[in-house]
Amino acid sequence: MTTVQPALNHRRREPLSDATLLMLIAIGIFLVMYASAVILMGGAFQKPQQFLDLFNENAALIIIACALTVVMIGGGINISVGGIIGLTCMACTKFLEYSAPQNSVVAVLLTVLLALAIGLAFGLFEGFMVSYLEIQPFIVTLAGMFLARGLTTILSVNPVKVTHEGFQALVKTKLQIPWLGYVAKNGNLISAKLEIGAIVALLVVAAVWLMLRYTKLGRGIYAVGGNRQSALMLGINVKRTSFWSYVISGVLAGLAGLVFLMHKPAANASIAMRSEMDAIAASIIGGTLLTGGVGNVIGTLFGVMILAAIQKIIGLSPLNESWWQDMASGAMLGIFIMLQSVILSRRGKRGKAEASKG
Amino acid sequence: MDKQKKRFWERMGIGQLIIPLTALALLLLFNLIRDPGFFEIVVNINNSGNPVLGGNLISVINSASELAIIAMGMTLVTAATGGQDISVGAVGAISASVFIKTLIGMGEVTGWTLIVAVLACIATAIAFMMFNGTLVSVFKIQPMIATLILYSCGRSIAYWITGSATPQVNSPIITAIGMTIPGIPVPTPVFMVILVGLILALIFRVTNTTLYTQSVGINQGAARLNGIHPTAVKMLSFGLLGLCVAVASIIATCRMSQVSHKTLLVDIEMDAILAVAIGGNSLGGGKFRMSGSVLGAYIITMLTVTLLAMGINSVNIKAYKAVVIIVIVAAGSPVIKNRIAALRNRRSVSEHSAVKGGAAS
Repeated sequence: MTTVQPALNHRRREPLSDATLLMLIAIGIFLVMYASAVILMGGAFQKPQQFLDLFNENAALIIIACALTVVMIGGGINISVGGIIGLTCMACTKFLEYSAPQNSVVAVLLTVLLALAIGLAFGLFEGFMVSYLEIQPFIVTLAGMFLARGLTTILSVNPVKVTHEGFQALVKTKLQIPWLGYVAKNGNLISAKLEIGAIVALLVVAAVWLMLRYTKLGRGIYAVGGNRQSALMLGINVKRTSFWSYVISGVLAGLAGLVFLMHKPAANASIAMRSEMDAIAASIIGGTLLTGGVGNVIGTLFGVMILAAIQKIIGLSPLNESWWQDMASGAMLGIFIMLQSVILSRRGKRGKAEASKG
Repeated sequence: MDKQKKRFWERMGIGQLIIPLTALALLLLFNLIRDPGFFEIVVNINNSGNPVLGGNLISVINSASELAIIAMGMTLVTAATGGQDISVGAVGAISASVFIKTLIGMGEVTGWTLIVAVLACIATAIAFMMFNGTLVSVFKIQPMIATLILYSCGRSIAYWITGSATPQVNSPIITAIGMTIPGIPVPTPVFMVILVGLILALIFRVTNTTLYTQSVGINQGAARLNGIHPTAVKMLSFGLLGLCVAVASIIATCRMSQVSHKTLLVDIEMDAILAVAIGGNSLGGGKFRMSGSVLGAYIITMLTVTLLAMGINSVNIKAYKAVVIIVIVAAGSPVIKNRIAALRNRRSVSEHSAVKGGAAS
């Protein structure tokens, strides 16, 4: 067939870039996995609430995965996001503890600002160190992680809880979706719930997608990550672009901390430990390459969904001990990464063979 | 004048080590001013009546052992693949589990059972590192992502092997490896670092490993065209890292006489990568200097011990450590270096023109 219509075949395949292909694979795997879980395990999985819980429970992870995607497309990495979540949670909890009127809206608004300010501060600092001082991003953000974790324990070593009534009201506010609910045994309709954090996370995904696709900065991030030299030749301000990618990731991490606190209004020293690695894994599964220039935030969303679904499936299966969970999710991650690599290399070979034929 | 200075540094072969050496010197100076007692070395008598060296400096040299050994292996992997292995702590936990399981399984600890256990431990670590190496070199997956798999599930595998929370083994031989050999006051882990360093130095001296590793790290395609097998070189670097991890895990196990899969060598991957970077090595692969990484490992431990000696709570240390690390890496950043070089050039040019009336320049 290729010999008859090589040109047509070629043209048909061209628009599907590697990133899109990987994203489609991620979406496909998620759908297959979830569908088989619904069919084979039934029970809890058949309720739509279970699906919404994937968003409710992983809202913060979705946001930091978006942050990582932006930075990784720009050719960098940011492993301080988990630390920033921890620091933000602790700082906001402490702030709410000392704010006087226990139900004031102002205090809640100030908390939101505080969270974003912490993220912004880290983003500005790391962005400056990486782009203007040209220090390796891994080391800068590692130092950022140490700093954030250290400041968290300086604020408080003991676990603290949010008792502020205004914030508690915000935590309890949930979007009710009656038509996805179910009728309980006593006849009451229990509607499905989506938390504010999940809505924020989905908005972040949409915003980042739009930013990467349609703004000058977004296109610049792809260009810088793809090839720094040619981006410079094209007249893109390489340093400023990579600086802003870190600022964006910092602010998003601060926001993720707030969302984390809204899901579980308490903080301790080891909150969101190692979540940066989950975020990196989610981005990779979604088709972002660590080398930069390639990636898609929709794929990242499905990357998080895949990781979350693995956790959920194993949690509800008989193998629900924590070490089994770790081993199974590690194995799944391994299979997925290898599958990705095999597909990409086969594609590369086929592309080369066709090029030499044509 | 500037040129002569540069030549002098290069002749000494420490060009890349200036920053870490300065950092170490400043740390020592800081301690000297803060409290000269920091440098005190005392001879204690331990429980079995043997003399043991004590004091802050000894504890720095002693407790940096695992980090120094792993940093050596990490340097190789970084140079060959341009990426880092973040699974060293987890793989260390696995190999330590195998080590202690073998020892417990064979009953009484004697020289022979110890050798069997050590070999089993080394084999396990190398096997798991080969898994990482295969993913990196054959499947062409980036090192950080490939090793993320073992990073996230390695400690669970360790738990699965030991089958209980903290298996213990008590024997004078184990104490001799982890603490001190009776009659020798210097802690044994220090000798282990020297031993591993000598083995690696021998490998580099006798074979062309350094050249091959650097050429693969700088340009894999060019290295391949020159007859170097990139896959083999990368596998070799992971294999040597496996050896280092095994030795480090044995030290860590013997220190405590037990294996706790959650805390054994925990977070050592981050410190090891940091040591490589502080030593002036590029994390993007290519040229490397192993002595720099070892120096980096001692600087990190020195910093921790200094902060502890200053009475800072051990859980808060990370924040202070971060500040110092930022200062060190910022001092080593290319931008700052260029600024300083430009400043120095301007000064030497003005000196020249002052002497020769501007005619020569």
